[in-house]
Amino acid sequence: MSAWEDARTPRTVRVASDFPGPRLQEIWERRPGLVGWLGDVDHKEIGKRYVLTAFAFLLLGGVEALMMRLQLGGPNLRVLTPEQYDQLFTMHGVSMIFLYAAPILSGFSNYLWPLLLGSRDMAFPRLNALSYWIYLAAGIFIYAGFAVGRGPDDGWFNYVPYASRTFNPGLNMDVYALGLILLGISTTVGSANFVVTFLRTRAPGMSINRVPILTWGTLTASVANLLAVPSVSLAFFLLWLDRQFGMHFFDAAQGQPLLWQHLFWMFGHPWVYAIVLPAMGMVSDGLPTFCRRPLVGYTPVALSTVATMALGFGVWVHHMFATGLPDISLSFFSGASLIITIPSAVAVFAWTATIWLGRPVITTAFLFFASMIVLFVVGGVSGVMTASAPVDWQLTDTYFVVAHLHYVLIGINVFPVLGGAYYWFPKVTGRLLSERLGRWNFWTMFAGFNLGFFPMHLLGLAGMPRRIYTYPAGMGWDTTNLVVSAGSALFAAGVLLFLINVAVSLRRGAPAGDNPWDAPTLEWATASPPPPYNFAVIPSVASRHPLWEDRLGEGQARSRLTEGLLLDHGRETIGTSALDAEPNLILEMPTDSLAPALLAAGLAALFASALFKAWWLVGAAGAVCVAALVLWFWPSRRHAGMPETADG
Amino acid sequence: MAEGLYDGGALPVGARGRDSVGWWGMLCLIATESCLFAYLLFGYFYVALQRGPAWSPEPHPSILLSGPNTAILLASSMAAWWGEGGARRGRRGRHLAGLGVAIGLGALFLLVQVFEWRAKPFGPSAGSYASLYFTTTGFHMAHVVAGLAMLIVVFIWSALGYFTPRRYEPVSISIVYWHFVDAVWLAVFTTFYVSPYLMA
Repeated sequence: MSAWEDARTPRTVRVASDFPGPRLQEIWERRPGLVGWLGDVDHKEIGKRYVLTAFAFLLLGGVEALMMRLQLGGPNLRVLTPEQYDQLFTMHGVSMIFLYAAPILSGFSNYLWPLLLGSRDMAFPRLNALSYWIYLAAGIFIYAGFAVGRGPDDGWFNYVPYASRTFNPGLNMDVYALGLILLGISTTVGSANFVVTFLRTRAPGMSINRVPILTWGTLTASVANLLAVPSVSLAFFLLWLDRQFGMHFFDAAQGQPLLWQHLFWMFGHPWVYAIVLPAMGMVSDGLPTFCRRPLVGYTPVALSTVATMALGFGVWVHHMFATGLPDISLSFFSGASLIITIPSAVAVFAWTATIWLGRPVITTAFLFFASMIVLFVVGGVSGVMTASAPVDWQLTDTYFVVAHLHYVLIGINVFPVLGGAYYWFPKVTGRLLSERLGRWNFWTMFAGFNLGFFPMHLLGLAGMPRRIYTYPAGMGWDTTNLVVSAGSALFAAGVLLFLINVAVSLRRGAPAGDNPWDAPTLEWATASPPPPYNFAVIPSVASRHPLWEDRLGEGQARSRLTEGLLLDHGRETIGTSALDAEPNLILEMPTDSLAPALLAAGLAALFASALFKAWWLVGAAGAVCVAALVLWFWPSRRHAGMPETADG
Repeated sequence: MAEGLYDGGALPVGARGRDSVGWWGMLCLIATESCLFAYLLFGYFYVALQRGPAWSPEPHPSILLSGPNTAILLASSMAAWWGEGGARRGRRGRHLAGLGVAIGLGALFLLVQVFEWRAKPFGPSAGSYASLYFTTTGFHMAHVVAGLAMLIVVFIWSALGYFTPRRYEPVSISIVYWHFVDAVWLAVFTTFYVSPYLMA
């Protein structure tokens, strides 16, 4: 390795087909063996790990839901005890909302961002690895409690006083509290990584009005996470202090139980948008590819993404309409909840217009993306209904709300994710998913979903409360519940078809090539699967659709994809200015490292020993964390002009 | 050069001061931690308003210790800022002296805080005011400890000669965190020591 240079004029080269692969390959590929695997910081590998782990939690949460639907299939069934049912519906919510819905989108974004932005990795590759390891640890932490019968059992929203020690003396709630604080660390560092990556590592020329909408969605969600996650982490920490150290934040006698609901929903509502906006971004980028035209209304869609989030911080009280708050408060939050439909609807009109004005090619991915628009409208309308306080008083805590939130979360998260899987699977694996099996997959899921969840609206209107483990015969709910259970079984069969398609296509799928869909964005300009360094040269970007410029004929400028900055003095990528993406720095990217995995293990040990109040273990784990951090940030001797040793 | 190939001159390799991605990352951490304290103080005001004037066992908290202690923490921030100037100019004595004084004053603040905790006639489980007081100031003390740990590590690295006027971003990054810890204290101080006089 040559001496460190203070500044350098980066070399511009034109790439032939395999140049300069071998040298960049050597710089960027991971080392062999378990140590290489644990220390890998490549965003593509981390993205894949995120997606696989989140999907595993989706399946677990799905099995929990099926057990509940078995219990609720008819009146007075005794498949589950009330205690088992409580843990199941709570773990179902926790799994889907915390361990699936957000991490799956982090996974897609982690994999895709540097490819979409024309970069070689995220801004903080090691932080990225840390974020994944902590997420995995938090998921295992919560599920370990569930496995020994100490899982959370008070709903994912975890209201006091049910969650207080008086009414819930076991460790169940402490497992949940500490597990969620741990998960919050993962979400926070991951969000910071997305924000800085967006601001500093876009390809030259990719000004902020040229980025794919997915990055707008994930950026908005990440900023919101930075502002909102501390609220829920704090709420859970205070709950733990109440439960284990006799403090008085949430008890009725000396504290204020509603403080919990405020802190929880000040986080919870922005979070709802955080787990749908990136998925909406996937539709905004994927759908136009199959409509053979650019998205209608790029700027309004990008702006409304941000506006939805901003308003989303001012609507949390609509989760608390039935708690006896003053009328003035209800009016304000009801009004805000009605207004938020305006920016939310912008994307719906943009997608519809894109299909209308385009020449749609009906693929499985298109079906998932387009059906999402329908489900979004259904979920949106039931949302507007409950934004009105008098209607909410009638419907709150009934199955109507269950129907609403599943139309929103499955409709705007799961369907786009499945569409995204069909869309980007060829990029990740080099093989196409089967379209034939894909049709069966889509129609089974679409039919099963609507059969399973639409009748819940009717159950809610007929007065069936949420979270009950059984119900007497003769309430008029029997047949509808049977239909709902049958629908959810069909939906699950559809998910199973997806798994079969993945398993079969991984081995026997048709080879994809670089750009099987003839799509316009940068991730399709590199090989499938992409090499460890993503791009042989850093592309420079002249429009929103670098791969469609010739046919769109928008202006004279052309993006350069085969000629650009080489940057091969070690792991490097280009740092650009925040708005216009003009190169202003050569970023030195970190090598693989065990420090993130070590820090995550230390944190997991710290939280586990805190659960059992083993303070000396807490101290030891804390020392491991500090040591990992010091190692991680140890400065380079090269930079100081000191003689080189073996340090990082 | 919005559309063509790069034709500018030499670019800095790696971070230069506040251009480093680490600096931007620290700003993200500061943003999220500021929110953490905002939610804590929201809890204070919310419970205070819900439970009414008789809520606090100390309606007129003494600023005999906390007032001077605030000045100590601010002086510590000033010293760190002065030391950072030394790092930028390559003046090693000033660089180390500034960091050293900042660490000393920060430790003194911590000591006074512990003293004030011990002097309180109530413990953290005495009621919701007590829980909020000890938790909020405890959170802040934990941040002081974290900030001090960063400053101490950076002080050692500085003494070992790891930083040059060209590459010293860990110094700036740890110091901006230290400024944040001080700024948050002003919010905590205003809430617990000043606002009771305004609300009474």
